[in-house]
Amino acid sequence: MSIWEYANPVKFMRSSGIALPWVVAGAALCTVTGLIWGFLTPEDYKQGATVKIIFIHVPAALMAINCWLMMLVASLIWLVRRHHVSALAAKAAAPVGAVMTLIALITGAIWGQPMWGTWWEWDPRLTSFLILFLFYLGYIALWQAVEDPDSAADLTGVLCLVGSVFALLSRYAVNFWNQGLHQGASLSVAPGERMSAVYRYPLYLTMLGFFLLFLALLLIRTRTEIRIRRVAALQAREARQ
Amino acid sequence: MIALLLRDLKLATRAGGGFGLGLAFFLIVCTLVPFGVGPEGEILARIAPGILWVGALLSCLLSLDRIFALDHEDGSLDLLATAPIPLEGAVAVKALAHWLTTGLPLTVAAPVFGVLLHLPPEAMLWLVVSLLIGTPALSMLGAFGAAITVGLRRGGLLLSLLVLPLYVPTLIFGAETVRAGSSALDPTTPLVFLAAITLLTGGLIPFAAAAALRINLR
Repeated sequence: MSIWEYANPVKFMRSSGIALPWVVAGAALCTVTGLIWGFLTPEDYKQGATVKIIFIHVPAALMAINCWLMMLVASLIWLVRRHHVSALAAKAAAPVGAVMTLIALITGAIWGQPMWGTWWEWDPRLTSFLILFLFYLGYIALWQAVEDPDSAADLTGVLCLVGSVFALLSRYAVNFWNQGLHQGASLSVAPGERMSAVYRYPLYLTMLGFFLLFLALLLIRTRTEIRIRRVAALQAREARQ
Repeated sequence: MIALLLRDLKLATRAGGGFGLGLAFFLIVCTLVPFGVGPEGEILARIAPGILWVGALLSCLLSLDRIFALDHEDGSLDLLATAPIPLEGAVAVKALAHWLTTGLPLTVAAPVFGVLLHLPPEAMLWLVVSLLIGTPALSMLGAFGAAITVGLRRGGLLLSLLVLPLYVPTLIFGAETVRAGSSALDPTTPLVFLAAITLLTGGLIPFAAAAALRINLR
């Protein structure tokens, strides 16, 4: 029994069908509890009530990056071992990642307006997220432009590999280009830089919630893609007869 | 490979190949900017490095779909794929031909456009050097984008959507070199990064582009 057995669409459909309700329930539970808990936290002495947006902003930003990482791994698996579920999972993940990036950008703008007095600043972190968003758009557009599904999977896979290298490169290039306004990592382990526990625990919970939410959306979308494939195959068979 | 290079160069220079088109486009961009931001010399001099680099990048983008599209239409791309030279080599040669017909003329003509935009004289050298080092990376990345979109209808818009994000690091370091040169700072650090990107793309992109071509020719 190896993990590759799940590359079989039938097996994947069965096991993901069993897992899906649990993942959805877990995502709903963690996200809702985390957000309510976060909303009830006391106001920050410096930032006031606006600090509460962190419970959406940080998990969304985290998942935006991890989603691209997941697409990279899925593309590699497709290019090397040619498991169709892997390519479809990468395809299914892209719009979710794009929306996560957009959420991070928009909540960041809403947070930045009262804090920095500006909606948008050409800061390294903000700029590299905008570029990441452009990469997502290009990736989704390429999936939709190529008609043959296997060629589309191959081309987007290659694009994802090259895009990853350049996304990373852009990240450091914009760092060099402009010094930042954005604060450092929210979850730094160094004492003194660490957030107080009041904010940290609900943040962990929303991060777990967003991860489960991503997983749930990914499973739903991948299952839909597999069903679309099946319908297309059945229609092709029908047309041949 | 040399025969292929000469063939591409001939095709580009003859028969309405759009050889001067990139340069003319660059000239128009540099003419339009003062109309947009006003004719004050100091403002123009401050934004000149960025405008010149963005202009070079856009005029490079303009001719990208020519790299593979015409050969794909008349079937010579299939011949290239079955030719004794590896497809990676063919991609590199075609990117080189693209650079010789767009990047190099841009580099040579850039000081003239720099004068139009009041670029300080001490930055001229850095402008030429940064374009000379940076534009091969633009051609290489463009060849990758062209290889991905070669078989597609309406590939042109998609090509720019795919390629422009890849151009970001090159643009940053290229413009930074010129900006440092015009404000008497040390421009070697961004220049070294720029050279690193060009070497990286020159070493890796032919493989990615050839893989994309093989998929499209399948």
